[in-house]
Amino acid sequence: MQFEGEHLWIGQVGHIFVLIAFTASLLSTIAFFIAGNKQDKFEKSSWLKFARISFISQSAAVFIVFSSIFYICSHHYIEYLFGYKHTSKELEFKYLFASIWEDQSGSFLLWSIWHSIIGMFLIRKSKEWEAPVMTVISFAQLFLAMMIMGVYIFGTKIGNSPFVLTRNEINGPIFGMPNYLSMIKDGVGLNVLLRNYWMVIHPPVLFLGFASTIVPFAYAYAGLQSKKYGDWIKPVLPWTLFSACVLGVGIMMGGKWAYESLSFGGYWAWDPVENASLVPWMILIAGLHTMVIYKATGHSLRASYIFAILTFVFILYSTFLTRTGILGDTSVHAFAESGRPMFNLIRIFLFAFSVPALVYFFVHYKKMPAELREENSSSREFWMFIGSLVFFLSAMFIIAKTSTPVINAIFGSKLAPPEDIEFSYNKVMILVGIIIGFLSAITQYLKYKSTGSSFVVKKIVLPTIITIVITTLLIVFYPITYYKQGAGFLGAVYVAIFATVYSVIANASYIWSGLNGKLKSAGGSLSHLGFALMIVGILISSANKKVISEEKFKDFQIQMGVDPLTKQQDNPAENINLIRQVSKKMGPYIVTYLHDSVGKEKGRRFYHLAFERKDENSDEVKESFILSPDVYLMKDNNMSSNPDTKNYLTHDVFTYISYALNPESNEDTANFKINEMAEGDTLYYSKGYMILNQVVKNPVSNKFNYPVNGPAVLAEFTIKSTEGNTYHAAPMIVVDSFGINQIDDTVYAQNLYVKFAGVSSDQTKMKIGVKESSSIIDFVTLKAYIFPYINLVWIGLIIMAIGIVMSMINRAGLSKLTGAIVMAFAAIALFYMFLLAN
Amino acid sequence: MKKSHIIVLVGIAIAIGALIMLSVDFSTYDTILSAKKKQGKFVHLIARLDRSVPLEYDPAKNPNYLSFTAIDSLGGRAKVVYLNTKPPELEQSERIVLKGKMQGEIFECTDILLKCPSKYKDDKKQLEKEIVTTK
Repeated sequence: MQFEGEHLWIGQVGHIFVLIAFTASLLSTIAFFIAGNKQDKFEKSSWLKFARISFISQSAAVFIVFSSIFYICSHHYIEYLFGYKHTSKELEFKYLFASIWEDQSGSFLLWSIWHSIIGMFLIRKSKEWEAPVMTVISFAQLFLAMMIMGVYIFGTKIGNSPFVLTRNEINGPIFGMPNYLSMIKDGVGLNVLLRNYWMVIHPPVLFLGFASTIVPFAYAYAGLQSKKYGDWIKPVLPWTLFSACVLGVGIMMGGKWAYESLSFGGYWAWDPVENASLVPWMILIAGLHTMVIYKATGHSLRASYIFAILTFVFILYSTFLTRTGILGDTSVHAFAESGRPMFNLIRIFLFAFSVPALVYFFVHYKKMPAELREENSSSREFWMFIGSLVFFLSAMFIIAKTSTPVINAIFGSKLAPPEDIEFSYNKVMILVGIIIGFLSAITQYLKYKSTGSSFVVKKIVLPTIITIVITTLLIVFYPITYYKQGAGFLGAVYVAIFATVYSVIANASYIWSGLNGKLKSAGGSLSHLGFALMIVGILISSANKKVISEEKFKDFQIQMGVDPLTKQQDNPAENINLIRQVSKKMGPYIVTYLHDSVGKEKGRRFYHLAFERKDENSDEVKESFILSPDVYLMKDNNMSSNPDTKNYLTHDVFTYISYALNPESNEDTANFKINEMAEGDTLYYSKGYMILNQVVKNPVSNKFNYPVNGPAVLAEFTIKSTEGNTYHAAPMIVVDSFGINQIDDTVYAQNLYVKFAGVSSDQTKMKIGVKESSSIIDFVTLKAYIFPYINLVWIGLIIMAIGIVMSMINRAGLSKLTGAIVMAFAAIALFYMFLLAN
Repeated sequence: MKKSHIIVLVGIAIAIGALIMLSVDFSTYDTILSAKKKQGKFVHLIARLDRSVPLEYDPAKNPNYLSFTAIDSLGGRAKVVYLNTKPPELEQSERIVLKGKMQGEIFECTDILLKCPSKYKDDKKQLEKEIVTTK
């Protein structure tokens, strides 16, 4: 059958280039491998030449594949399943990219693109290491090409092609018709949960971090292959620093995303998907420190090898965990299950790298040069190594816990996560935090080889005193109120705060006194300072996080203390109901649900909540702001909630909707009846009458605290019911940048809605709409938190990343100008992403 | 003894300690029947919503009270009480994982994980459903 209106050429082009990428990466793997083993100079260079051409061709092919997919998405070619599933016409341009990495094959492609860019850079820069290093990268590209190949070989499907057609993949009667394309109006579009600034920017950065971890792995292989066992450390150090920076930032971007726009109620939940990317980063950091030890002293070479290898192995393992659906019910991240062939392919990818690398390492283990001299326990390298080991072991602890679904799959066991997942991690990681805090505070005051103790004591006295003062002040003026896990854990939190504050102060003071403010070599201290500050922020903001939406039921409906069924008191009851325009006390705030409004996208609703804090004595308004959390109400009642946050320097007020009425099922059938009234006129309604007292132009204040940014008119009413009660209503019209806004007022006791609809045609009277409604009251259910000092987390992260970039510039020996450009770019990007873009 | 040996020993000690802490922490996946025998113990139930019994949730009265009946693949049934807001996709879910404790005949749930067809875009059945509606 001939189908009308399809654009099959672009898919064919894309598919051919996937096959070209596969073939070219196969050729470049073989050619780089042979080149690495040739001793003869001439032969070596001819193999190298061929290998480079192959790798550059595969890079070009990968770019063309990406462009083809982008073309399909930007032209909304819904004959392709990719276009149908991920795009829709209302999507903004920036989300076209997001819709590419929403797909599994799209994110593999992104990874492959970063490998290509890194590979081309290495071809230019890695000199004598080029052949073995590029062998590894080409080999990885081979697997990544297979992930998106979608070809059957001996009856087994290899990978999932992004170019499959909708009509071949989905059964439906309409696909029997030649003109089916004219009958499907639009694609499904990007999942509304993912329509977010972070979805555009977080995956590319995270995948750059993922992709860059292959470089230390490849250099470790090169070190073994060339038998120049220790020489690879120097050239790989800048790469390791790069990777540590990008991966670390990428992970925390995910945390910021979760905090800002997903209703998890925090930035870190020890979710398997988060852990899966944290673990390789921690191993990488361990490896970074052993590499620095080796460079300075000749110790820890073997540890550097094993950490470099394991970092990438755990990147692959995390891919296995998150992409195959093996995590199943343990993760909130709804990654698609990928089917058996994909499961096998990713598993082969994992084993093809981990097994040979580890075997190769242990074969060469004995031949590696190792310092026979023991580290002195007063030496810097000894304690740095202890720190690395602690980091590595805690990474193993995290991954072991995360891997329970894998253990269940292998051994048929039925282990399930514990009751309080977060605490089961926190109780171990707090000890790690304490150890790392103290180590990173003191270790740099030690010297390599050995240190005189009087030297250290002299330097460390001042930071110690300052830390004791700060911690004491903290205990007195801002105590930690995390009583949930008992006194022991509370004590541990205090010790951890002490240790990390100590690290911040000691590192700052080291930059001052130890390095005499020499910024060039301050990268290490600065990143330790940043890391410690981040942990301080995490400790304080998590331990003193306060739910302010606890339902107290002082002024509304039933008692809730004891549950009628379970007869238990320990009711979390962290959700609160807000009836429209009925104020309620939440923590220090009086909160009023003002009104709701529709968003640009279909099904999106914003709920505008006014927060007001008054001085207890004078009743003066000290603070007031509006938060507008929103929900997407989707077909068949599905709902997804996006929080809104008020940022202050010292704390965030964070709220999201946990339940909202579906406005369609709660349709108000009554209509506004428009009446014309002048000042002083009276109007009757079924239960009484209302008087229009006066019309105020540009009122100074209004009862909704609606921010007035333009001309406004307010009508004041006094309403008398037949029972003799008096009410007030003040509907308003505001003209601002959003257009004409009618702020209706409601007298809930009378079920009466009053609208200021406009001015009569002769300009003498006001048009007043009155509605008596029979529908149920309008309310939202929400949750609200105060996160104290959360900015420390982001500022700490930025400082850490800048410190790592400084070290990288220093270790890579970049020129002043290049270094300055890199630094400026990194700093601006970090500040923008974490502190400004909201 | 060499210092490196001490390091290795300390490392092993930490690892074993962590493993012990780890093993204490695990809970189990249970059927409703076996959970009823483990009164008051924290378990995971894999079940689905019994649609023949009306679900009880009135957010206007109390947003923090949800109650429904769960049924598992072996036919075990239990009334579930969840003191929180109703997960929006509960009624559409095919399978639910319930975390909590059995207290008498009632399962006190602290967390609900849903498997919903619509969450999984790669689920072709769901796309098939949608393509008919977009027509």
